[in-house]
Parts: sequence; C-alpha cells; structure tokens
Amino acid sequence: MEEKEPRLRRVLITEAAMEVIDTLRKRYPDGLMFHQSGGCCDGSSPMCFEKGDFKIGSSDVWLEEIYGCDFFMSADQFEYWKHTQLTLDVTPGRGSSFSVEIPLGVRFLIRSRVFTMEELERLPPVKTGDTFSAV
Amino acid sequence: MSTQTLSQTAPVERPEIKARYDHFIGGKFVAPAGGEYFDNISPIDGKPFSQAARGNKEDIDRALDAAHEAFKTWSKTSPTERSRVLNKIADIMEANLEMLARVETIDNGKALRETRAADLPLCIDHFRYFASVIRADESTISEHDEHTVSIALKEPLGVVGQIIPWNFPLLMATWKIAPALAAGCTTVVKPAEQTPTSIMVLMELIADVLPPGVINVVTGFGPEAGKPLANSPRVAKVSFTGETTTGRLIMQYASENLVPVTMELGGKSPNIFMKSIADEDDAFFDKCIEGAVMFALNQGEVCTCPSRILVHEDIYDKFMERVVERTKAIKMGHPLAEDTMMGAQASNDQYEKILSYLDIGRQEGAEVLCGGGPMNLNSGLETGYYIQPTIFKGHNKMRIFQEEIFGPVTSVTTFKTVEEAIEIANDTMYGLGAGLWSRDAHELYTVPRAIKAGRVWVNNYHAYPAHAPFGGYKKSGFGRENHLMMLDHYRATKNMLISYSKDKLGFF
Repeated sequence: MEEKEPRLRRVLITEAAMEVIDTLRKRYPDGLMFHQSGGCCDGSSPMCFEKGDFKIGSSDVWLEEIYGCDFFMSADQFEYWKHTQLTLDVTPGRGSSFSVEIPLGVRFLIRSRVFTMEELERLPPVKTGDTFSAV
Repeated sequence: MSTQTLSQTAPVERPEIKARYDHFIGGKFVAPAGGEYFDNISPIDGKPFSQAARGNKEDIDRALDAAHEAFKTWSKTSPTERSRVLNKIADIMEANLEMLARVETIDNGKALRETRAADLPLCIDHFRYFASVIRADESTISEHDEHTVSIALKEPLGVVGQIIPWNFPLLMATWKIAPALAAGCTTVVKPAEQTPTSIMVLMELIADVLPPGVINVVTGFGPEAGKPLANSPRVAKVSFTGETTTGRLIMQYASENLVPVTMELGGKSPNIFMKSIADEDDAFFDKCIEGAVMFALNQGEVCTCPSRILVHEDIYDKFMERVVERTKAIKMGHPLAEDTMMGAQASNDQYEKILSYLDIGRQEGAEVLCGGGPMNLNSGLETGYYIQPTIFKGHNKMRIFQEEIFGPVTSVTTFKTVEEAIEIANDTMYGLGAGLWSRDAHELYTVPRAIKAGRVWVNNYHAYPAHAPFGGYKKSGFGRENHLMMLDHYRATKNMLISYSKDKLGFF
C-alpha cells in the first residue's frame, strides 16, 4: 500500500552541508557519522567523525540517515530535542573539537524547527544505539 | 536592522603581537612539522591578527618526547623549587598584566574590563595558590601494628595531556597547568583553535623560568592535533574542558589506554530567586538584580553561565522589571575600550549557533523580554561577532532552557514553592553551577544541598577563587579544579607497607 505522505524526517541537510560531506568523503572514504553534542564551548553542535571512530552505545539514539551518514544523539538529550526537526547546515568558522570538517575552516551547525502537532503524531520511531554498537 | 553608532572612549592601543607563532616545545619555539600555519581571527572585527602553527601528530610526538625527557628531572624537583617556579610565573604575569589582558581581549573578544579585573588576576592568584599548597602538602603514615607501618606517598602521574577551551584561554590553561606542574607532572597543552595566541605570548614571557619541556604547547585543529594528544598511549592522564561528545570520545580513547581523565563539560545553571529577596528594596535586592544579569558576564561564554532564572511568581514583576532594565543598560562596544561592558562572541560559528537558538526560542513560543538578535555596531566593528544580551520568558522543557547556548542569553521561568524550584533546577542533564538567592536562613542551607550541582553560589554568583573546589555533577563531568584536591588528580599514591619485625610469619 502506498503511503499517503512521504516519510517525515527528523533530520534534514542543506546543499552546503552536502558539499562539505562530499569534500570530507575524499579524505575519509570509509564513511562518516554524526553525533549531536551538548554542553559548553563547542557544545550543542553536531560532531562529524570517521564512521566508527565514536563508539555508539545503548545510551544513544539513531535519528536519521542524512546523505549517507548516520546521525545520533544521547537518549537523554533527545528527550529535550524530539519535538524539533533538525537541519544540518554549515557556517564558516573554527569550531574546537575533533569534528573532522574543522580544518576546512567551516563548522557544521544545527538549525531547528518545531514540529506541528500533526507532524508529531506521524514521526517515525527512533532506534536505540545498541543496534549500531557494532558499526 | 539599524546599526548602532558607538559613543564611547577610544579603544586602548593594541600591544605588539607577532605575525605568527610556532609551537612551544622543549623550551623553544619550533616550526610545525607540516610547515603550515592558520589565521587567528579576532572576534572584535572578524579579521586575522596573527597566525598559529598547524600542528599534527608529529608535533604532538615531539612535544611528548620533550615532556617525557623533562619529567625525569621535574618529577624529582623539590616542592620548594616547583613552588619557586610557579611563583615566578605569577610574578611575570603580574608585571605584564596589562599587555596580557589586551592580547587576551584581542584573541577572545571579551571586554578589557574583564580580562583586567578577572582573567589575569585569577591566573596570577591561581599559580600562587598552587605554589603555596605544595609547601604545606604532606603524605600520610599509619601504624597498623607495633611492627607494621604504611606510608602513603603521592607521586606525579607523568606526562599529561591538557585540552583547553577558548572562553577563558589563559585562565583555563592556568587551571590545568598550575596543579599539574605543582604535582610534579609535565604537560603537553593543546589550546583551542579559536584562541591560540595569548598562551604563546605568555610562553614567550616565561620560557626562561621554566625548565625546557615542562610545559609544551602545540596549536592546531582538534582532529589533527587534539586527537593524537588525547589518544596517545604516552599520556598518563588527559584533562579536558569542553562538550559532551568530545568528552565521551576522549574517555573512549582513555579507556583504550587505561588512563584516568578529568572532564568539565558545561552546564545549564539555574539561578534561583526566592520570594524573600524582595522583602526590602535595599542593597541586597540590588545585589540580586546584578546576580541575575551575571548571565552576560564573558558574553555568556561560561560553562556556569546562569542561563536559567527561576523566580518566585509573587515577585516576578517587581524583580524582572529591574533585571530587564539592568540588562538593557549593558554597554556594548569595542572590547578594547575601557567603558565597554560586554564584548564580542569568540568566533563566527559560535555567533551563528547563538542566533540559531534565538530563532528556536521564538519558535517554541518563548517571549523575548529584551535583546533577541545580533548587535550591529559600526566604527570598524561591523564584521565582529556581537549579540544583544537577551532574556527569554518560557518554561523549563523548552530547548533554550535545556541546552547550553554559550552566549549572552538567559531564560526565565517562575515557581510557586521551594519544592517546585528544586524540581525545575534539577530537571537538566547537567550539574555544574547553580545560584540561590534568599534572606531565609533555612533555605540558604537546605536548597543548595538539594540541588544536584558541584558549585552552588549562595547570595553571590560567578566568583572563582582558588581554594574553592569547582567541578560537575551529572553530565557536567568530574574532577575538582581550583583546589588543592586537583593535585591528587595528577598524582598516584605510592604505598610503602613496611615490616619492622625480624620474625617470619611461619606459613612456609
């Protein structure tokens, strides 16, 4: 049976962010992953790592695959974020973490939109991180 | 948006800063192995003012070589001598306070009045504090029976890796370097890529008083220089201040090497104003108003920024009217001008991130009580990273109440009872700082005890004196900086269990 509407996505990506990922893939051909950070300094920013460099565990949730990259967040942080749709964007900047795009002089950034009540009801479930711990 | 014309004193003169700085390794300035440098951009005007060496694994390995060589002697240097060196660093910083304060302002963007009155004086005192406590430090001894004595001696861990944030570049470096050196460790320091210059200016000043290799500083980008430091099997301990994902990643590397870590990972600090504060309109009430406006200190780029104001509903109108008025009176301007109260955010990505939170706050239905957007200044500051001090009104489940924005943004909500105030205060992933303001003697003790945070300021906020332990509960990390207990995070205990009996046990 055909779905009435396309699947609602928890994470979107901008063209500019896709271009950065394309550039990074040349250096990291085995793939990339994202983990949304919290806390101070470079916190509240998405971190991009070589796939498998950051160990995902049962305390994480998988939100989405964006442009071929899995996007994760801590489960407790997700509790406070789940009513918002995220868009992975990029801005010129330095960052200060181990996120792999930093040497390019750009920093990934999350923009957010609050889901409508109707959207909240048809959001797909997230997966727990232990499904991915072997990644 | 209109541009605000500056009417203020002229900025002070910029000190001479070199066009580029190399790494500081083994007591010398050493060119980066890859031969590359990157621009250091001043948040004041978004323009490069110096270059930093782009470090890589080879540079980190060189720094580790120097630190391991230095550890052979530094670890055996007497506390008297280590204390003398730390005091000497403090004296040099004091003699150069004004110059270092100006460099720090150019590097980070914060107002000169803060680097002069807070960052630099705290650095100086911090080195003196650790210089003094190791002179009074003693190990313990216990007699287990008349022939058996146990001596618990403290020995330095070895070469440590220290990753420094950009919000207080010199002060956060000092918080890490001073106890490590005092404990007898040697260090490889990786400053944040946004603020790699001020620490190199300091290294130039103190190079001659430090034995070569005791402090090594490698600048560069996190994935290229920070990562090889954090995952090196030649590091005995990693100390990190930053955010949760990198914190986890560093702990993951540490687990592979089986080495200890200390972490300071930020917070979402509640600042609680009880009903009794408004009983009088007196000096204390005025102090409480200032306490709420403390969110604007350091442009809000503080891990303990009081970014959630919890105020009793009965005094909300009276209190918040004055808080908003005081916030609107914050004078923004050129960070090097002496009458500027709040300067620039540290980087463009930080600036963009804060603006993205101002957007989400509005979308979630929070009311903007003041500020709410970028601050467009002219007179050469058009390309700097300035944001208006902003107060939102909303509720604690909103993302602006739960995430560290790390900007001059606070969010206010009300409570009815003490129990509700505590519940809201603790409804956060973090537990670094908190504030409690009250005239009630019972609340002054019971409320701080009920708040799950490592530091609760009671009737004050944002004081960071040496000798008051500072660190997190919950996801804010672990380890207690600013206090002599940090020495033990850089030491291991050597137990010598001695028998003075000549008689065998009789087992074999």
